[in-house]
Amino acid sequence: MDVVLHLPVIGLVLQFLGYLLSVMATNGQLIITLSTPIALGALCGFMNERSGVVNIGIEGMMLFAAFVGWYVAALVNGGAPTTNPGPLGLTFPLLVGVVAAIAAGVAVSALHAWLSITVRANQIISGTIINIEALAITGYLNLLISQNPIPSAGNFQSFHVPAQAASVPVLGWVMTTFLGHGPITLTMLVLVIVLQVLLYRSRWGLRSRAVGEHPRAAETLGIDVIRLRYRNVLLGGVLAGLAGAWFTLEYIGTFQGGMTNGRGFIALAALIFGRWTPIGAFGAALVFGIADTLGQAVQFNPPTGDLGALLSGVPEQVFSALPYLVTIIVLAGVVGRSIPPAADGQPYEREAKAT
Amino acid sequence: MVVTQAATRPAALEMRGVTKRFPGVVANDHIDLDVRRGEIHALLGENGAGKTTLMNILYGLVTPDEGEILLGGKPVTIASPSDAISQGISMVHQHFMLVPVLTVAENILLGEEPMANPVFMDRKGAHTRIRELGRFFGSEIDPDLRVGSLSVGWQQRVEILKALYRNADILVLDEPTAVLTPQETKEIFTVLRRLTAEGTSIIFISHKLYEVLEIADRITVIRRGKVVGSRIPSETDEDDLAELMVGREVQLTADRGESHPGEPMLTVSGIQVKDDRGHEVVHGVDFEVRAGEVFGIAGVAGNGQDELVEALAGLRKPSGGTVQLSGRAITGATPRRMHNLGEGFVPADRHRFGLVLAFPLTDNSVLTSYYRPPFSRGLVRDDDAIRRHAEKVIADFDVRTPSPTVPASTLSGGNQQKVVVAREFDRDLKLLVLDQPTRGLDVGSIEFIHRQVIAKRDAGAAVLLISAELDEVLELSDRIGVMFRGRIVAVMDGRSATREEVGLLMATGGREGPPPIIAEGAA
Amino acid sequence: MTLRRIRDASIIPALAIVLALVLGAVIVIFSSPLILGLDFTLPLVAYKALVEGSFGSFDGVISTIVNAAPLILAGLAVGIAFKAGLFNIGAQGQFLTGGLAAAAIGAWLAHAPGIVAIPVALLAAIAVGAAYGAIPGFLKSFTGAHEVVTTIMLNYIALYIVAYVVTGPLRAVGATFARTPDVGNASLPILVGGNGHLGVVFAFIAIPVAWWLLYRSTIGFEIRTVGAGPDAARYAGMRPRLLIVITMAFCGGLAGLAGAGEILGLTGYMPAGYSTNVGFDGITVALLGQAHPVGILFAGLLLGAMRAGSGLMQIEAGVPAQMVDVLQGAILFFLTAEILVRYIFRIRARSAKVSELQTVAETYGGQAAP
Repeated sequence: MDVVLHLPVIGLVLQFLGYLLSVMATNGQLIITLSTPIALGALCGFMNERSGVVNIGIEGMMLFAAFVGWYVAALVNGGAPTTNPGPLGLTFPLLVGVVAAIAAGVAVSALHAWLSITVRANQIISGTIINIEALAITGYLNLLISQNPIPSAGNFQSFHVPAQAASVPVLGWVMTTFLGHGPITLTMLVLVIVLQVLLYRSRWGLRSRAVGEHPRAAETLGIDVIRLRYRNVLLGGVLAGLAGAWFTLEYIGTFQGGMTNGRGFIALAALIFGRWTPIGAFGAALVFGIADTLGQAVQFNPPTGDLGALLSGVPEQVFSALPYLVTIIVLAGVVGRSIPPAADGQPYEREAKAT
Repeated sequence: MVVTQAATRPAALEMRGVTKRFPGVVANDHIDLDVRRGEIHALLGENGAGKTTLMNILYGLVTPDEGEILLGGKPVTIASPSDAISQGISMVHQHFMLVPVLTVAENILLGEEPMANPVFMDRKGAHTRIRELGRFFGSEIDPDLRVGSLSVGWQQRVEILKALYRNADILVLDEPTAVLTPQETKEIFTVLRRLTAEGTSIIFISHKLYEVLEIADRITVIRRGKVVGSRIPSETDEDDLAELMVGREVQLTADRGESHPGEPMLTVSGIQVKDDRGHEVVHGVDFEVRAGEVFGIAGVAGNGQDELVEALAGLRKPSGGTVQLSGRAITGATPRRMHNLGEGFVPADRHRFGLVLAFPLTDNSVLTSYYRPPFSRGLVRDDDAIRRHAEKVIADFDVRTPSPTVPASTLSGGNQQKVVVAREFDRDLKLLVLDQPTRGLDVGSIEFIHRQVIAKRDAGAAVLLISAELDEVLELSDRIGVMFRGRIVAVMDGRSATREEVGLLMATGGREGPPPIIAEGAA
Repeated sequence: MTLRRIRDASIIPALAIVLALVLGAVIVIFSSPLILGLDFTLPLVAYKALVEGSFGSFDGVISTIVNAAPLILAGLAVGIAFKAGLFNIGAQGQFLTGGLAAAAIGAWLAHAPGIVAIPVALLAAIAVGAAYGAIPGFLKSFTGAHEVVTTIMLNYIALYIVAYVVTGPLRAVGATFARTPDVGNASLPILVGGNGHLGVVFAFIAIPVAWWLLYRSTIGFEIRTVGAGPDAARYAGMRPRLLIVITMAFCGGLAGLAGAGEILGLTGYMPAGYSTNVGFDGITVALLGQAHPVGILFAGLLLGAMRAGSGLMQIEAGVPAQMVDVLQGAILFFLTAEILVRYIFRIRARSAKVSELQTVAETYGGQAAP
C-alpha cells in the first residue's frame, strides 16, 4: 500500500480522493450550507421548466430578492440592537425581510411570466433582461444607500444540535450535517422531498409534467396551460426569493453588489445534471457545494505530504474558479443524456391556426 | 338498413351558420351540420377545406366568429375544451394528443384525475377502471406502459380510451386512419361500430373516399370552408364524392404510363442504421432502384423508413452495409457529395429541412446549390444569378407568390413544397429520393407534383419514393418494397399489388399472429 | 439598405428608448430622497448632463466615439452569434482574455518599434479572444452543453485568470497596486482629441466587414442558415458543428480586439481588478441593433454616448453612473415587450425582434446537440 501511495500519478490521485473524502466527512455541514442557494435556485428552475418555461433569470431574481430582503429587514430593524432573538436567531425584522425577499422574487417572476407566457417573448431574453436589470438596479440603489449606511438586521442562526446527540457515532454526524442549519436551509431540505413526492403522485405534478411535455395535449383535456404556467413560475419566484434571502439574511447578513456570483447560473446546470427532478437537482447542488468547500478547505486546512506540496503550488484562483469549471465539465458530460421537458422554452399559443 | 335507422334518430348535435375567419382566409363559411344519436357522420374534404377548424370550434379550441352550437336541441357555449368535455364531447386529433413520456394511465387520467385525498391521486382505482374499459372494447392494455413505446395503432386506442373514460356522447375522430394499416383500420372500425351500438355519435373526418363510403351512415362534404353537399353512402360513389370535394372532375389515379427501367442507379446492400438513441432500426436492407423506374417503399410510420432515408441522404451514417450510386460507393458520404453526384432529395419535413422559412424564396431556391457557380464564386455570392434562378423556378413550377423576395413562410403549404420540388428537380438527376412528397397538400398540388415525378422518371432518373400514404405508393410505383421492423419484407410489382396485400404485409411483415403492441425500437 | 427600411426598423427601438428614459426618470425621482431629498426635476438635470457630457463639446463627442468603439465590437460579437442562432453571453470573458493577451504581449514588446509591437499585440488579443470564444462553440457542437451557461461560467473563469496572471507572473515590479507592466511602444497612437486612439478605427471598419460577410458571402449565408434553420443547414450540406465553432471564434476575436483597444488605447496596462460591463452592454447593443451591423453601429453610438455622459451626470445631478445600466435594462425590457410600445403609442410598426433567437431557445430546451 505504501508503495502505491508513492507512485507518482496514481498515488497522488489516491491521496487526493482520500483528502476529498475527509473534506466531505468533516465539512458536511458547510457543503449543504453552500449548496443551499444552488439547490433553491434549481428548484425555482424546476418549477419553471417542468411546466415548459425556461428561466435563465434565476441569478437576477436571487440578487434582487437578496437586496430587497436585506434592505427591508434593516429598515424594519431601524438600527436597534437585536434583542432576544427567538430560536434560530429569529427576529421580527428578519422575518419581515424574508417575506419581502419572497415578495421580490415573486414580483420579478411575474415579470418573467408575463413576458414569456403572455407576450410570448423569447424566454432566454426575458431571463437576460432580469439578470441585467437586477444587477443594475441593486448596484445603483446599494450605492445610494451606502452613502448613508444603515446597520443591517443581522442574520439567522444555525440550529444547534445538542452535544449529547452530536456525539452519537453515525447519527450524530448525520444530525449535525443535515440539521445544523438556519431556517432557510432547513426549509430547502424539506422542499426537496416534498416537491419530489408531489411531482409524481399529485394532480399538480401530473399536470405540470404534461404541460411541460405537450401543452396542446393538456389543453385538449381541459387543462388551462397558461394558468398552470403562471402559477408554477410565480411559485418558482418564492423559491428564488428564499434563495436570495439566504444570502443576506442567513449566510452573510449584509448585501454586496453582485453577491450571488453566478450561483443562479450554476443552479441551471444543477437542474440539467439532476435531470429536472428535485432530488436530482439537490444531489447536483451538493457536487457544486463540494467544489466550493474544497477550495476553502485547501486554503485553510491543506493536506499533508506530496499532495499538500502539489496543491500549495496551485494558485488560489484555480480553487475559486472550481465551481465554474465543474459546471462546464458537468454540462459537457451529461447534456446529451439528460432530456429536458419537450416543450421547455416554447411559448404556448392557445388558438389553433387554420389548417 | 342502418341508414334509415340513423336518419330517424334524434339529433345529438347541430351546428348552425358557423363562421370562422383567419387573416386572409375564411376557414368556415356559415357551416350547418347535424349529427344524430348513434350515427357515424363523415366529414369529407380536402386538406385545408376547413374540417379541422370546424371540429376545433366544436371542441372549444377555436372561437367562432358567428354561428351557434346545439346539443340535444339546446344551445350551448363551448369556450374551452373543458366545456366540451363536460358536455360529453371528446376528440381524437389528427396528430395524437398524447404525452409520450407519460404512461397510458397518466395520459388517460390527465384532466380528470381521480383523487384518493385532496393531494394525491387514486392510481389503483383508475387502473382498474382503465383495464375494464379496455376489456370491454377489446383493447385491454397495461396502464403502466409508456405511451411513447406503443405502436401507432395502440396509441390510437389509447386516444379512444381517453374518450371512453370521459363518457363521451359525441366522439370526433380527425383523420384517424391516416397512420394506420388497412388491417388496423378495420379493427378501429369495429370499435367504432361497437360504440355507436352503445349510443355514441361519431364524427369521422377524412379525405379518403373509399373509407368514408365504408364506415359512414351519412356524409357531409366541405370545400373551401363551405358545405357543398350531403350524401348517403348507398346513393353515391367515389367519383361523385371526389367531384363534390374538389369542385371539378379529378383523375383518381395518375396516368403513370409505361416505365422503361435501365441500369441500376442506386444499389443498397445490407445497410444497417441506428436511431438517435443508438438502437439499430434498419437491419440490413437490400434493394436497388433502376434508372427510369419508381421504387416505392410502403410501411407504417416508425418502421425504420426515416432512418433509412436519412442514411441515403447523408444525414445519418449507416452502421453497416454499402450504398452505391451508379457504381460509386457513397456509403456514409456527406449530403454535399451526394448532391454533387446527382442525387436530389425532397425531405419529409419542408418546414424544418426543406426550407428556411425566414429566408426569401431567392435564398431557398439555391439552398442546396448556393456554393457553386453561377450562384457564387469562391466566397462571393452572386445575388443577380440567384434571383434569376428563383424567377425561373417560380415560373416553371407555377409557384404562387407576390415576389421572389418574400419569406418562404408566407406561402401556402402547396407552394412551399413546389419550391422544394422545383429546386431539387431542376437539374439532371441520377437519383431522386422523395420522402412523403405530398404530405398535407391539396389535390391540385398533389396532382402537379405526381406528374413531375413521372416526368423525371421518364427522363431517366431513378426515383425512390417513401410514403406513409399507401395510396400514393400504389399510384406511382413501378415496384413496391414493404418495410416492416427495419427490414424490407417483400418486393412486389407496382401494377399488380393490391391495397389489401400490401396492407397485410405492412401490419404483420408477412408473419402470423396479431400485430405488435410495442413499437419497433422502443426499449 | 434604403432610408425607409432604416426608418421602419428603428421605430420600435427608438420608442423603447423613450419609454426607458421615462421609466428611468421615475426611478430617479423615487430614489432622489437617498440623494439630496425628494426632487421632481432631478431627472431633467440628470438627462441634461448626460447629453452635455456626450454631445455638448468636442471632447464629449470624442469621448462618445471612444466609448462606443468597444460596445460596437462587443455588439458585433453578440449580434453575429445571434445570426448563427447562438447566444454569446461570453463577450465579457473574450474581452478580458483578449485584453490580457494584449497587455502581456504589449509589455513584452514595450520597447520594440510600434509598427511591430502594435500589430502583434492586436493579433494576440484577437487570437486569444477567438480561442476563448471557440471553447463554448466547441462544447456546444460536440457535447451539447448550451452556450448560455458555459459562456457565463467562462466569464467568471476569465476574471480569475486575469486575477492570477496580473497578481502573479505578470505583476509589474514596483507598482503601487497589482497590474501588468506598461505596454510602452505597443500603445495605440492618439489620432484625435484627448483619447481618440487608433483602436476606435477598427470598430468602424468591423461594421462593413461584418455586413459583407453576413450578407454577401457564402459563409455568411451558411452562418445565417444555421441560425434560421439548423436542420435545413444540415440538409443543404452545410456543417453546423463546424460553423458554430467558427462563428464563436470569430465573435470571440471581435471581443478580444475590443479588449485590446481598451488596454493598448486607454489604460496602457491591465490592472488586477479590471472590471467591465462590456459583455452585458454588447447584448443590449446587439438586441437594440437587431443583430444587424448597421443597427449595431447606431446602438453602439447611443450606448457609448450614455457611458460618455454618465460622468457629468454623476457630478451635476448626483445620480450614480450605474443609472446608465438601469436604463439599458429598461431599454431591453421595452424592446422585448414591444407589444407595450405599440399599445402606448398606438402604432403598428415592424417588429424589432431577432428571429434567430428562436433557435437559441429551442436548443436550450429541445434537442441538445446540433
